Amino acid sequence: MEFVSPEDLRLDGRRPTEMRQIRAEIGVVAKADGSAMFEMGNTKVVAAVYGPREVQNRSQQLNANVLVRCEYTMANFSTGDRMRKPKGDRRSTEISLVIRQTMEECILTNLMPWSQIDIFVHVLQADGGTRSACINAATLALADAGIPMRDIVTSCSAGYLNSTPLLDLNYIEDSAGGADVTLGIMPKLDKVTLLQMDAKLSLDTVENVMQLAIEGCKAVADYIREILLENTKQLQYRRGT
Amino acid sequence: MEQRMANTWRMTVNEKKFIETALESGLRIDGRRPFDYRKLEIKFGKDEGSVEVHLGQTHVMAFVTAQLVQPYRDRPNDGTLSIFTEFSPMADPSFEPGRPGESAVELGRVIDRGLRESRAVDTESLCILSGKLVWAIRVDLHILDNGGNLIDAANIAALAGLLTFRRPECSLGGENGQEVIIHPPEEREPLHLIVHHLPIAVTFAFFSYESSVVIDPTHHEEAVMGGRMTATLNSNGDVCAIQKAGGEAILQGVIMQCLRIAAAKAGAISDMIKKEVDSYNTKRALLKIKRHSTPMDVDRGASDIGLKQNSSVDQMRVDEFSGHHVQRIKQECEEGIAKQSGDVESETKLSDKTLTNRSNEDTKNFIGGPSSWDPYSVGVDSDSLKASLASQGMPMPIEKQKDSKGEETRTEAKPEDAPENNNPKTSPLREAESAEQANGEKTLKDAVKAKNRKSRRKSHSSSGPS
Repeated sequence: MEFVSPEDLRLDGRRPTEMRQIRAEIGVVAKADGSAMFEMGNTKVVAAVYGPREVQNRSQQLNANVLVRCEYTMANFSTGDRMRKPKGDRRSTEISLVIRQTMEECILTNLMPWSQIDIFVHVLQADGGTRSACINAATLALADAGIPMRDIVTSCSAGYLNSTPLLDLNYIEDSAGGADVTLGIMPKLDKVTLLQMDAKLSLDTVENVMQLAIEGCKAVADYIREILLENTKQLQYRRGT
Repeated sequence: MEQRMANTWRMTVNEKKFIETALESGLRIDGRRPFDYRKLEIKFGKDEGSVEVHLGQTHVMAFVTAQLVQPYRDRPNDGTLSIFTEFSPMADPSFEPGRPGESAVELGRVIDRGLRESRAVDTESLCILSGKLVWAIRVDLHILDNGGNLIDAANIAALAGLLTFRRPECSLGGENGQEVIIHPPEEREPLHLIVHHLPIAVTFAFFSYESSVVIDPTHHEEAVMGGRMTATLNSNGDVCAIQKAGGEAILQGVIMQCLRIAAAKAGAISDMIKKEVDSYNTKRALLKIKRHSTPMDVDRGASDIGLKQNSSVDQMRVDEFSGHHVQRIKQECEEGIAKQSGDVESETKLSDKTLTNRSNEDTKNFIGGPSSWDPYSVGVDSDSLKASLASQGMPMPIEKQKDSKGEETRTEAKPEDAPENNNPKTSPLREAESAEQANGEKTLKDAVKAKNRKSRRKSHSSSGPS
C-alpha cells in the first residue's frame, strides 16, 4: 500500500512533515482541580488532574516528594471495534507507567511532600498518537491545576514509511508496520524525556525521524503556550484586573 | 497502580551519596567501568527451549513452549509469539505475587516489541493451515533474582530459548488433507524456529542530570539513577526498539551516542549467545544420535561394529587414544559377546564412586551385545555420525550402552569415557557421570525400550528405571 504518493501526499492529504490539526481546551471537567481536552486530528483525549491532596494510601506516601499517580484508559467506543477491556490490560498499564514517569520529571516534586497528585487520562477517540495527545493534555491539565512545573512536556509521534520520515502518524499509518517513534521533550530545556520506538530502523534513519519528531514537539509547545496565555488572560479578565 | 511501598527496600542517603560521588569520578561500586557488562552465563536446561541466564547477580529463566491455535482473524497466515513475565517474590521483596505489576508489564512489552515488531521470529513459517491452525509460541520469563537490569537478562534468556526451542514437525494428512498429524520427536526430528536476527536489549542508566551514563546498572545503581533507557539493537546495527519511559531528560546528542555504544555491545552479546547455542546444539546432536538408534540385531556381529568403529573412531576427538582405542575395542568386540559382565565389572572398577550402582545398572540392562564399550562414546563429530547413520541403521549397542551408562554419556564427558575405559584414570568427570547416573535420570523411553529387549537379556531384573 502506498502511504506517500509520488506527489509527496499522504493518505489524508498531508505533507510528510505536516502535523494534523491541533485543538485544545482547558477546564473541561469542572470538578477536577485541573483539566484539559486535547485533539490531534481525529484523536481526542481528556485529562483531569486532582491534587495536590492528601495521600489516600498511607503506606505509599513519600516523605521527600509528591506521589504522582496516573491512569490511562480508553473509552469502549474510542476505536473502530468496541473494546472489551478498556483498562487493566497490559498496554494501558504500560502507557500509564510511561505517562506517570514523564510527568514526574517535569513536576517539581520536592515542593509537595506527603501529598499526592492524580492524573487521569481518558481517550475518547483513538486515531493514532494517543500517547502523545495524552501527555499534551496532561501538561495542560497540570498547568490548569496550578501545579509547579519545571517546564511543560510536549509530545509528538513520527514514523518512517516508503523511505520517508512522516510526522504525526494516524492509525492507518501507525498499523502499517513501519516504525513508530513517540517522543516527549521539555522544550525550554531542549531535552528528551520520553522516547519510545518500535520496528526496525537503521541508526541514521532513527536520527532523522527523531529530529522530525522534536520539531513536531516544538510546534505543539508553541500552541500549548498560546492556549495557556489565552487561558491566563481569561482568568485575569474574570478576576476583574 | 503502584506497588505497595511498604515492601520496598529503601536506600540510605549515605549509600546514595556514595554511589553518586563515585560515579562522578567514573567509578562504579562493583569495580566495573561505565560501559562494561557484568559476567554473562547462559545455561540450557533439560527441555528444549529452557534457558537460565545469569547476568552478574541477576538470574532469569526462560521457557519456550508451542501450541496449536487458531490464528487471529486479520492475520490468517501468521503464527503468534507471546511473552509472559513472572516476577517471583523471591527475586525482590517489592515484587508482589499474583498479577504482574507495572515493571513486569513494561519488561514484557519491551521484549515483545523488540522481538515482534522487528520480525525477529518468522511467524509465517508457523502457519500450518491457513486460517485454521497455526503455532502459538509462548515465552515464559521467570525472574528469580533481581540484581538489576532485568530487561537485558530477560531478553537474552528469551532469545536463547527461542534459538534452542524445537517444535514438533507436523504434516497434513487425512481424507482431504485437512487433518494435521503432529509427529512425536522420536518419529521425526523437531524443527528449529526461524529467527532472522537477534535483537539485543542494552540498558543505560542516567545519573545526576547526564553527568554520568552507565550500562547494565546493578540493583543499587537502579535505586539511585535518575532515568533509564533501553535500546534494542541487532548485530547489523538496526535499532529494533527504544524505550525511555520518562525519567531524567537528556539531550538528543547523548541519545545518539548511547545508541552507537549499544550497537557495539549488541554485537558482542549476540556473538556470545550464538556461541553458547551452537555448543548446546552440538551436544544435543550427539545425544540425538544415540536416541535415534534403530534396533539392530546383535547377530550383526562384532565385525560390522568393528568396521563402523574404525570409520568413526578415525574421527574421534581424542586423537591420542585413537590407535590404542581401536585396538582395544576390536579386542573387546571379539570377547564382548562372551565376556559382558566381565568387561562391565572391570569398567566399574575404574571408577571411584557408586561401584555397585554402576554394575547393577550394567547387569540389569545387559542385553547380550557388546556393552562394555560404547563405540560412539568417544567424541565423534556429528557429521561423520550422520554419514554413518545414513549408510546403515544405528547399532543397538549404542543404545544399550546409553542405558547401561545412563544419561552421563550425554555430557561432553563422553570423549573421556573411552580413554577412561582404557586407562584407569579416575577423574572428576567420571564421578560426575556416576553421580548423574545415580540421579536416575532415566526417561520413560528407556523403560519401554528395556522392556522390548527383555527377551535378550541374560539376567532378569526390574525393567523400569532404577
